[in-house]
Amino acid sequence: MTQAQALRDDTPLDVVALYMFTGLAALGALLATALSPDPSFRFSSWIMLAAFLVAFLAMSVQMANGKLRSDPTRYADGVIRAGVIATMFWAVAGLSAGVLVAAQLSWPTIFYFPDLEWLNFGRLRPLHTSAVIFAFGGNALIATSFWVVQRTCKARLAGGVWPWFVFWGYQLFIVLAATGYLAGITQSREYAEPEWYVDLWLTIVWVAYLLVFLGTIWKRKEPHIYVANWFYLAFIVTVAILHVINNAAVPAGLLEAKSYSAAAGVQDALIQWWYGHNAVAFFLTVPFLAMMYYFVPKRAERPVYSYRLSIVHFWSLIFIYIWAGPHHLHFTALPQWAQTLGMTFSIMLWMPSWGGMINGFMTLSGAWDKVRTDPVIRMFVVAMAFYGMATFEGPLMSIRAVNALSHYTDWTIGHVHSGALGWNGFITFACLYCMTPWLWKKERLYSNALVEWHFWIATTGILLYISSMWISGVMEGLMWREYTPQGYLANAFVETVAAKHIPNMIRTLGGLMFLSGALIMTYNLWRTIRMPSSAPESASATPAAQLIAAE
Amino acid sequence: MSGLSYEAVAAFAQQGGTIYFGLIFVAGLIYALWPRHKATFQRLAQLPLEDDEAPHV
Repeated sequence: MTQAQALRDDTPLDVVALYMFTGLAALGALLATALSPDPSFRFSSWIMLAAFLVAFLAMSVQMANGKLRSDPTRYADGVIRAGVIATMFWAVAGLSAGVLVAAQLSWPTIFYFPDLEWLNFGRLRPLHTSAVIFAFGGNALIATSFWVVQRTCKARLAGGVWPWFVFWGYQLFIVLAATGYLAGITQSREYAEPEWYVDLWLTIVWVAYLLVFLGTIWKRKEPHIYVANWFYLAFIVTVAILHVINNAAVPAGLLEAKSYSAAAGVQDALIQWWYGHNAVAFFLTVPFLAMMYYFVPKRAERPVYSYRLSIVHFWSLIFIYIWAGPHHLHFTALPQWAQTLGMTFSIMLWMPSWGGMINGFMTLSGAWDKVRTDPVIRMFVVAMAFYGMATFEGPLMSIRAVNALSHYTDWTIGHVHSGALGWNGFITFACLYCMTPWLWKKERLYSNALVEWHFWIATTGILLYISSMWISGVMEGLMWREYTPQGYLANAFVETVAAKHIPNMIRTLGGLMFLSGALIMTYNLWRTIRMPSSAPESASATPAAQLIAAE
Repeated sequence: MSGLSYEAVAAFAQQGGTIYFGLIFVAGLIYALWPRHKATFQRLAQLPLEDDEAPHV
C-alpha cells in the first residue's frame, strides 16, 4: 500500500462527502453546459463548471497530502481568516461600484459606453447593492458568526470541512449573481435579482450554513446559548424562509435562465416587500446586533449592560420586524389596512431598536474613556449611534403622510445609507479591526493612526452623503407635489433631476471618502497580517526577555 | 364555505395573532425577569470576556 493510499483510507467522512458532492456538481455543470440551448444559462454553467473543477482538483491535492482534517482541541479559524480577507475584498469592490454609479448620476456620460450594455447603469446598480449587502455584509456575518459561535459555545465548528463549503459556496453565489447582472440575467426583484438556479445554489449553501451553526450549538460546552447566537440563528433561519418564499418561481425551461414568479399582482408585490424589508431586518440588523452583543463587551472589556434587556430586545425585535414590510407599498393597490398594519409595526419598532441601542451604549459604562483613546471603540459607538438614528428615521418615514413626501425620493437613499454606511459598515470595520490581530496572533494593529484616519474620513463621508440626500430628497419631493394656480404640475420631471445635480455631486464625494476609508483599512489590515507574530507567552515571561526589553 | 369567509379568517388572524404574540411577549418578559435566572444572566453577561484560546474538550 502506497503512502497516498494509506492517507486516503482514513480520510474523514465529511471530506469524502464534500469530495463526492463537488465531483457530482462538476458533472451536473458539465451536462448543463453541453445541453442548454440558452446562451445565458450556458454562461452561468461555464462559471459553475470552472468553480467545481478547481474545487475538485484542490481537494484532490489536499486529500493526497493528508490535509483537511479537523483538530477538536483547536478552533476552526482558517475559514474565518478567509472570511476576513473576503470581507475586505468585497468592501472595496462593492463601494467602488457604488462610487461609480453615484458618479454616473452626477455626470451621466462618465463611464458610459452606448455599445457595451454590460456596463449600463441599470446593470451596475444591482451589482453595487448586492456586492455591499450580500458580498461585504454576508461575508462579515459568516466570518463573525463562526468566530462568536465557537467562542461562546466553547466548541469547534461542527461539520469538519463543510464550513469551507459554506465559505466558497457563498463566494460562488456572489460571482454567479454579479456576472449574471452584468450579462443581463435578472428576475428584477429588488435585492433578490439572481435567477432561479442561482437561488437554488444559495439555498444549498445556506442550509449547510444552518447545519454547521446548529451543529456547533448542539455540541456546546457552555450550558446556555449566548444571546449573540440567538440573533445569528434568527438571521440564518429567517433569511432561509424569506429567500425561498420570495424566489418561488417557474423556470421557462429546465436549462434556461429565465423564470416567472409564482405569485402575481399585488400579492407578488407584497411578498417582494415582505422579503425586501426583512432583508433590512434579518440581514442588516439582527445579525449585526449579534456582532454588537459580542464584540462591544469584548473590546470594551465590560460585561453586557443588561442581559435581561438583551432577551426582551431579541424577542420583541424579531416578532415586530417581520410585519413591517407593507410600509413600502403605501398608496398602492395593497389594501389600506395592510398598509396601516405595516406602518403601525414600524412605529412599534422604535421600542426594541432603541432598547437594544441603549443596551449597547450602556455596556460602555466604566469604559467611556476608551472612546477617546481607542478608535475602534469609537467606531463601535458611532455605529450604534447611526443604528439609533436610522431606526428613528425609518419608522418616521413609514408614516403614510411622511411617506407621501419621502417615497421614491433621495431621502430613502439617504436613510438606507445612514444605516448601511454608519451602522453596518462601521460595526463591520470595527469587528475586522478586532478580529485581524486575534486571528493572525498579533499583539496589535499595524497602525492606530491609520484607524483614526479611516474613522474621520469615513465619518465625514457619511455626513456629506446623508445630508446631501436629505436636501435632495425633500427638495424633489416638494417639487413633485408643487402645483400652479391653474392646477397643473409646476415642475417637469427633468427639472427635478437637474435640481439634484449639486447634492448628487456631494453624495459622490461622500461615497468616495467612505471608499477611501475602506482602502486605508485594507492596507492597515494587510500590514497587520504581514507583521511578525507576537512572541509566545512563555518566552516574554522569562526574566531574560524582560531584561532585553528593559534595555 | 360560509364558515371560512374572508372576514372570519381575518378576524381570527387579527385577534388570535394579537393574543398569541401578546402571550409570547409576556412569557419572554417573565423568563427575562424571573429572579432565579438573575445569577445565570449575570454570568452570561461576562461570557464574551472569558478566555477564548481553545475549545473545552
